[in-house]
Amino acid sequence: MLADKDRIFTNLYGHGDWGLEGARKRGGWNGTKEFLDQGRDWITNEVKASGLRGRGGAGFPTGLKWSFMPKVNDGRPHYLLVNADESEPGTCKDREILRHDPHHLIEGCLIACRAMDSNLAFIYVRGEFVRERERLERAVEEAYEAKLIGKDNIHGWDLDIIVHHGAGAYICGEETALMESLEGKKGQPRLKPPFPAGMGVYGNPTTVNNVESIAVVPEILRRSAGWFSSIGRPNNVGTKLLMVSGHVNKPATFEEALGESFKDIIEKHCGGIRGGWDNLLAVIPGGASCPVVRGEDMMDVIMDFDGLREKKSSFGTGGMIVMDKSTDIIKAIWRISAFFKHESCGQCTPCREGTGWMMRVMERMVEGRAQKREIDMLFEVTKQIEGHTICALGDAAAWPVQGLIRNFRDVIEQRIDQYTYSSTSDGAVPSIAAE
Amino acid sequence: MANIKVDGQLVEVPDYYTLMQAAEAAGAEIPRFCYHERLSVAGNCRMCLVEVKGGPPKPMASCAMSVKDLRLGPNGEPPEMFTNTPMVKKAREGVMEFLLINHPLDCPICDQGGECDLQDQAMAYGVDKNRFSENKRAVEDKYIGPLVKTSMNRCIHCTRCVRFTTEVAGIAEMGLLGRGEDAEITTYLEKALSSELQGNVIDLCPVGALTSKPYAFNARPWELLKTESIDVMDAVGCNIRVDSRGREVMRILPRINEAINEEWISDKTRFIWDGLKSQRLDRPYVRKGGKLLPASWEEALSAVAARIKKAGNKVGAIAGDLAAVEEMYALKALLASIGSGMTDVRPAMSGIDPSMPRSAYIFNPTIAGIEEADAIVIIGANPRKEAALINARIRKTWRAKGLPIAVIGEQADLTYTYSYLGEGLETLTDLVAGNGSFGETLAKAQRPLIIVGESAVSHATLGKQAGRDTIALAAKLATGSNVAEGWNGLALLHNAASRVGGLDIGFVPHDGGVCSADQIALAGKGELDVLFLLGADEYDTSAMGKAFVVYIGSHGDAGANRADVILPAATYTEKSGTYVNTEGRVQVTNRAVFPPGDAKEDWAIVRALSGAIGKPLPFNSLTQLRSVIYAEFPHLARIDQIAAGSVADVAKLAKAVIKTKSAPYGSAVSEFYLTNPIARSSAVMGECAATAASLQQAAE
Repeated sequence: MLADKDRIFTNLYGHGDWGLEGARKRGGWNGTKEFLDQGRDWITNEVKASGLRGRGGAGFPTGLKWSFMPKVNDGRPHYLLVNADESEPGTCKDREILRHDPHHLIEGCLIACRAMDSNLAFIYVRGEFVRERERLERAVEEAYEAKLIGKDNIHGWDLDIIVHHGAGAYICGEETALMESLEGKKGQPRLKPPFPAGMGVYGNPTTVNNVESIAVVPEILRRSAGWFSSIGRPNNVGTKLLMVSGHVNKPATFEEALGESFKDIIEKHCGGIRGGWDNLLAVIPGGASCPVVRGEDMMDVIMDFDGLREKKSSFGTGGMIVMDKSTDIIKAIWRISAFFKHESCGQCTPCREGTGWMMRVMERMVEGRAQKREIDMLFEVTKQIEGHTICALGDAAAWPVQGLIRNFRDVIEQRIDQYTYSSTSDGAVPSIAAE
Repeated sequence: MANIKVDGQLVEVPDYYTLMQAAEAAGAEIPRFCYHERLSVAGNCRMCLVEVKGGPPKPMASCAMSVKDLRLGPNGEPPEMFTNTPMVKKAREGVMEFLLINHPLDCPICDQGGECDLQDQAMAYGVDKNRFSENKRAVEDKYIGPLVKTSMNRCIHCTRCVRFTTEVAGIAEMGLLGRGEDAEITTYLEKALSSELQGNVIDLCPVGALTSKPYAFNARPWELLKTESIDVMDAVGCNIRVDSRGREVMRILPRINEAINEEWISDKTRFIWDGLKSQRLDRPYVRKGGKLLPASWEEALSAVAARIKKAGNKVGAIAGDLAAVEEMYALKALLASIGSGMTDVRPAMSGIDPSMPRSAYIFNPTIAGIEEADAIVIIGANPRKEAALINARIRKTWRAKGLPIAVIGEQADLTYTYSYLGEGLETLTDLVAGNGSFGETLAKAQRPLIIVGESAVSHATLGKQAGRDTIALAAKLATGSNVAEGWNGLALLHNAASRVGGLDIGFVPHDGGVCSADQIALAGKGELDVLFLLGADEYDTSAMGKAFVVYIGSHGDAGANRADVILPAATYTEKSGTYVNTEGRVQVTNRAVFPPGDAKEDWAIVRALSGAIGKPLPFNSLTQLRSVIYAEFPHLARIDQIAAGSVADVAKLAKAVIKTKSAPYGSAVSEFYLTNPIARSSAVMGECAATAASLQQAAE
């Protein structure tokens, strides 16, 4: 379990001052100039050595991503684009950073920009985050006023930060759609290649990072890469903001070391499962797009990237959605399908057509108004979407349904049986349970 | 160059090639919907997925990935792609299934049936069973103008139409609204499209979502007889295919010709065909007692012959915009046989002098050559209306290179940005003197393109000198000191298909003849007894006095209204005629259908008339006529080729002394949709003109 001294986000719950004074008291902006003065390679290597993996869901090594930026400037400006379009259902960590610890992010931007030879950072804030955006803007102003950033600042590395407010589309959290939206176009993902590090915002080299990935960088440098990498298991190191929502006694967002078991985490931070561990039905471990895992499989799972891959799911953003046995699991996954159908951008065929198809079949399965062979058909449809689309939304829409079919096929079949059993020659009648 | 293995076969292709192009180079077929070689890559239909070795373990869109994006093998082996593996087959079937789930089974009532990409590819790459048992999506049809019919249930969101209108046509009026399943292609508030190239979206649409409104439910593609021909609506000479059934032209489609129209045609070219059926002159008429009465060919010809015999050599002839070389040559020969040199194919007071060399009146740099230009000056022309495809080529070049463009004359929306210099000859003189920032740009240009429009060459009120001086000034611009060796930048932009052909064969005043304006003036004064109008309707017919007017043409328009004898002739779809486009390229139309009623091919009418006056012309068939023409003008025998104008001639033109101080420039075409008698007879063109006018009004 993570010791208090190892916490990075010490104002996660907003008990202290979120402003510059408070941030400084908590150790923020301390020694930043020394890090910058050691040059871009040192920073990148330090981040690489820390083993930090992107906190936005895909878990791509952050230092490696930074090293993709052109080493030699060809005259085009380099950009850092911070993805604060946190829209994944079940995920609510970046908003806590934005409203309670924004200076971590701003300081992180400065360091990351130094590491990428960039003088301009964009922070794209989700449309619904109005207060968060206001607070971030105020924090950026404070940093400008204190000459921490801006032209000729005390750190000797010019940096401008532009806070951009989105309009609330899920797809704009996809890095290339984010760039389109930032440029003022319709938020539709771009084809890759070219990758953002070669051609990003306005055709210039760009790195897109999650808020948390950037916000933890200053503390990593302050406390050393070795400290960070000593927490957790190899390849899954550091601390992470985790979120638990759903049927636990105390839903919460908290910082915890990677590598703890699911059971320990829930017991320590959330007061256990509602109605006890026997009442646990299923968990979606990393935000809505991750495949659902059965409760009994979940108990001993190590909560990190590799731990969940073993369960054929994904750690994602670390936003756990816990469901007890009062949940209609088919309906829950149908709701997620409806979400993805609603948020599909409509650009490419498999996702545009497939998300609606999946949702409608799921809709029938909620009632049981389906054939058992349609379960396999549905699974095949998800496979036809997965990996065939421009961006990862197609995959994200397919996985929850795949998880459902893999883990709860018995429930679906039972529902179909029940519907068939209750039907007469006139069609469906209310289920026996209701009588 | 890069090596790549396609299905095991090693090919060498340029490294910027996409995987799709590489596959084509290796002879492997890749299905596609959204990809089009003349539009930007969208990569959204996902039909072109292929398997790539060394890449991620999922199929890749071959239209969007280039060969150089692939990694070499560990020992430097060339990258591999596969188009026939189970993964690819499954991916194609999957995408096809998704495309079809919300696509209505409209094929039996869909105009695209028989030439539908979705139909064809579903047959080739789809599966024959349907697993989708939900309700299909329904989308409301949109109004996007009088030409393109929409049936939006069928749309597969490939966005070809959006990309065409934005990129090629240069109007940002179409878009994909909404998202996900609810995404719809539409124009903003269902406003009509304002482009004169909008008809091309019908060809581009891979399904039946956008079809031709006038052609709707008229025919099936397999019933149509396809005749390859040439368009005569403007002087560009677009290559077209005329689809006919029985005696009717059912529709007109573009043919690919990279040198002229690529694969686009203008709306006037495409939708003119209903004008071929209305207002037709299908029998001879003779005016008796002030009224035009139907007559037999014999009566009509003898009436004309009688007047010619009385008139001696006081006979004139004016050729209209649609006349082919053959009939002009025959008519010129007829007039020569009675001692008259009064022939003209030019508009009133044209500055193009019969003594000028060919390079003074053709589009020397050629249409494809526009792409090589590094600066463009447009003088007295609105290419968007006068030659829509040339305008599209300028836009293409502008998009690719962002070259400087200047306009002197009408300040219109040309779909690209230009510096507007002024509106008359004064400005041109100024530019020749090298004044202004554009003067400096132009002085540096190695391949300047100087487009001179009809309105700058023909000045009905100022006289011929103004036009001559304009050409001379333009020639000066085209022959600056920095101009590259061999580059001939003087480009005359004609707006009538007949013009260059007529000038080539000398259908201009000769042997004491006078020009078209003077012929009409003489007729008004009673000094010209007989005036032939060879499809000429754009002249002042009220000023022809008491002259005996013989109208040889196809449509009842201004000329026929004034005529004393009407000799019904054939349109360009009903005869094989030679046309020379503004570049000087010789092309030949083919007969798709026969002329209606008693109408005859124009050259045959002239030949018959020569018999009636007792001076038969020395040819009895089109072949004989052509061999006579080819003997005299050998360059006309070289079909689809250009007898290039010489740069030295242009340099000589540039030496002329400028006498005109001031002349206004504008555009020769005010109503794009109504420029010739066929267009004026077309109900569709009339509707287009009305729509365009209302859009114009709304904009103002």
